[in-house]
Amino acid sequence: MPLIRKKTEMKKQEPLARAKNFNEVALGYSEEEALLEASRCLQCKKPFCVEGCPVNINIPAFIKLISEKKYDAAVKKIKETNGLPAVCGRVCPQEEQCELKCIVGKKNEPVGIGRLERFAADRERESGSIEKNAQELSKEKIARVAVVGSGPAGLACAGDLALLGYEVTIYESLHATGGVLRYGIPEFRLPKEILDIEVNYLKQLGVSLELNVLIGKTITVPGLFKLGYKAVFIGTGAGLPSFLGVPGENLTGVYSANEYLSRINLMQAYKFPETDTPVNIGKIVAVVGAGNVAMDAARVSLRLGAEKVYIVYRRGEEEMPARKEEIENAGEEGVIFHLLTAPLEIIGDPATGKVRALKLIKNKLGEPDASGRKRPEPVPGSEYTLEVDTVVSAIGQSPNPLVPQSMPELKTAKHGNIVTDENTGETSVPGVFAGGDISTGAATVIAAMGAGKKAAVSIDKYIKKSL
Amino acid sequence: MFKIARKKVLSSTVQLMEISAPLVASSAKSGQFVVLRLNERGERFPLTIASTDKEKGLITIVFQIAGKSTLQLSTLPEGGVILDVLGPLGKYTDLTGVKNAVVVGGGVGIAEIYPEVKELVHEGARVRTIIGARNKDLLFFAEELESAGSELFIATDDGSAGRKGFVTEILKELLDSDKSIDLVLAVGPVVMMKVVSNLTKPYGVKTLVSVNPIMLDATGMCGACRVTVGGKVKFGCVDGPSFDGHQVDFDELMKRLGQFKELEGLSKQKYIDSLKCEKCRE
Ligand SMILES: Cc1cc2nc3c(=O)[nH]c(=O)nc-3n(C[C@H](O)[C@H](O)[C@H](O)COP(=O)(O)OP(=O)(O)OC[C@H]3O[C@@H](n4cnc5c(N)ncnc54)[C@H](O)[C@@H]3O)c2cc1C
Ligand code: SF4
Repeated sequence: MPLIRKKTEMKKQEPLARAKNFNEVALGYSEEEALLEASRCLQCKKPFCVEGCPVNINIPAFIKLISEKKYDAAVKKIKETNGLPAVCGRVCPQEEQCELKCIVGKKNEPVGIGRLERFAADRERESGSIEKNAQELSKEKIARVAVVGSGPAGLACAGDLALLGYEVTIYESLHATGGVLRYGIPEFRLPKEILDIEVNYLKQLGVSLELNVLIGKTITVPGLFKLGYKAVFIGTGAGLPSFLGVPGENLTGVYSANEYLSRINLMQAYKFPETDTPVNIGKIVAVVGAGNVAMDAARVSLRLGAEKVYIVYRRGEEEMPARKEEIENAGEEGVIFHLLTAPLEIIGDPATGKVRALKLIKNKLGEPDASGRKRPEPVPGSEYTLEVDTVVSAIGQSPNPLVPQSMPELKTAKHGNIVTDENTGETSVPGVFAGGDISTGAATVIAAMGAGKKAAVSIDKYIKKSL
Repeated sequence: MFKIARKKVLSSTVQLMEISAPLVASSAKSGQFVVLRLNERGERFPLTIASTDKEKGLITIVFQIAGKSTLQLSTLPEGGVILDVLGPLGKYTDLTGVKNAVVVGGGVGIAEIYPEVKELVHEGARVRTIIGARNKDLLFFAEELESAGSELFIATDDGSAGRKGFVTEILKELLDSDKSIDLVLAVGPVVMMKVVSNLTKPYGVKTLVSVNPIMLDATGMCGACRVTVGGKVKFGCVDGPSFDGHQVDFDELMKRLGQFKELEGLSKQKYIDSLKCEKCRE
């Protein structure tokens, strides 16, 4: 078969139409498209893609199964190492991981590994095979383990522990599961139905879910051990929002991305007043930052009727941390980029306290800084003002401080992240493990899942040693 | 699901409920609060824990009917259920070492000061409590506060109970006549807390207020509840709700509280209309 140079395109909703609805933007592969794309894989003996995958999915094997039309077997192969393929196929930065390493990508476009992963998982869900594929587990349990937080780290850890024969309870402070997958990533990028099905699968494995429990306040970690848990995994994420640190940040109309996205995704403010939680979407919205969070906030604003949406970012195009695909999507939908630009002040109406404008300054790139990226430096005299009525701060989140605050013996590093052994998830407290954004700072879904899985293995070892 | 074990109407606009929430009850301390969500479409909203019964696993909340959610809560019967209750949240108010306190409660704040009054008495402090409302019918908890061991002073706008006038007039007299007061604690409408704090400042008496900003997750993840305290941004939900009244930017707090006013009004009106509609169908 002749080599096909380009990835098989995945259909998307038209930009103008999709910028007005919350339906999923990318529509997935048809069977023909998936087979065509699968045929591009060279089935390397030494597959570099697998090295690029944080949970080492056996990529050539699952792609081969797809090309043989053995779709159930393909998804089972993925699930040997990744319990959430429908999620990862949608939100992983494949371009920096498996697809970056793919041999085909050296000269041409790499194999669309993420798209194929999504195809296999969607096919399983749509054909109703998920339940059929759930394993029968022994009723005899080895011991009880508590998992704190139901984001990807917690879900992955809980799933693996259940499969290993443990009785697992997940404690979640919100009224819903999923962490960022629920409150942060919008419906049009990750339909919540997919998350619900993944969580139901865990329930089928016998995992219990306790919502509305804030560990550190409702129950402490030592309290969990008193309840009979033999080990505790902490996957509480990086939920503490950073604000801009410029004058005017408490004006009304200034939101953290977490507040903005939680109102819309978790509380479904986009259905207000059918739902009770309001959000004020202005006519002109400026989102500060250029990561995935910023793109999500900008694209949500368009969908809720904003007339103009700006991304304001202090570095240049190359440095934008969001996934490339999502930056392109945002651009196509009409988001306007003010790059190499930093906010100086949010200007408000003194009488009402509402945002009126954003004062900005242009930057130029200087010498590389500690992160290795060129340091943005303000250009004197380049100040300008942009009229806006909503400002969203999406410049990062730091680890959730509640659990460490309630447990001084738990060692934390400079930014409040829990110090863990990278390979085992062990913390400074015996029996307490941690992973995901709480130990790395804000990172990715797959890295959080990988950490949860590693911790499950070491929890198993830890408990068996002490039995 | 959290069951409403008991319900009591305290005044035309204020109700008390005992809710079965054993985990919350077992760890709650004075000054802490819970976040409720009534049903699948509901919003998350905070209410102070007025008291707890650890043995029975109950927490008491007292709320004033204001927006849609509190109105809807007031329609729930004894035996009814609330979908989500999360808590205890916020820092508890550390009252150790206080010797002579004046506690001021306005409106629904009258219930919120109850756990602190009890704790202060327990600490061995002299406690004088001033409660205020527009009129007699809106006053409640007077007996509870007295039997908790505090000397009670009452002010109403129309003089229908206690002194005619504001709580601050009584407070000023106490401050003028007793130089050993070492804490003033005020809970109630923002305007009241602001006036109390302005009043105590020249006397140099430590003043704690309990702020009530808009909250969403109430676990420190969204920052909706930002309050400027001493020129620094604090989160009401995890750094508070209790702050030094002399440091709080009350004007900003008021503006931020009004941020969704129009939408909140819309939501409430829609609910009232739907209630009427249910009646007309009956
Ligand atoms: C808007 C947005 C978009 C993103 N887009 C992408 C993307 O496209 N691709 C990608 O790979 N990554 C993306 N990320 C990052 C990714 O979502 C996170 O790295 C990942 O979710 C981290 O997982 P986690 O399990 O560590 O924590 P989280 O997902 O944050 O989950 C933590 C959970 O713990 C709960 N919790 C916190 N404290 C407590 C407590 N004390 N007691 C009980 N429960 C508690 C929280 O409520 C939450 O549910 C995005 C992040 C955001 C915010
Ligand atoms: S590196 Fe590319 S071509 Fe080789 S096995 Fe992996 S996906 Fe297939």
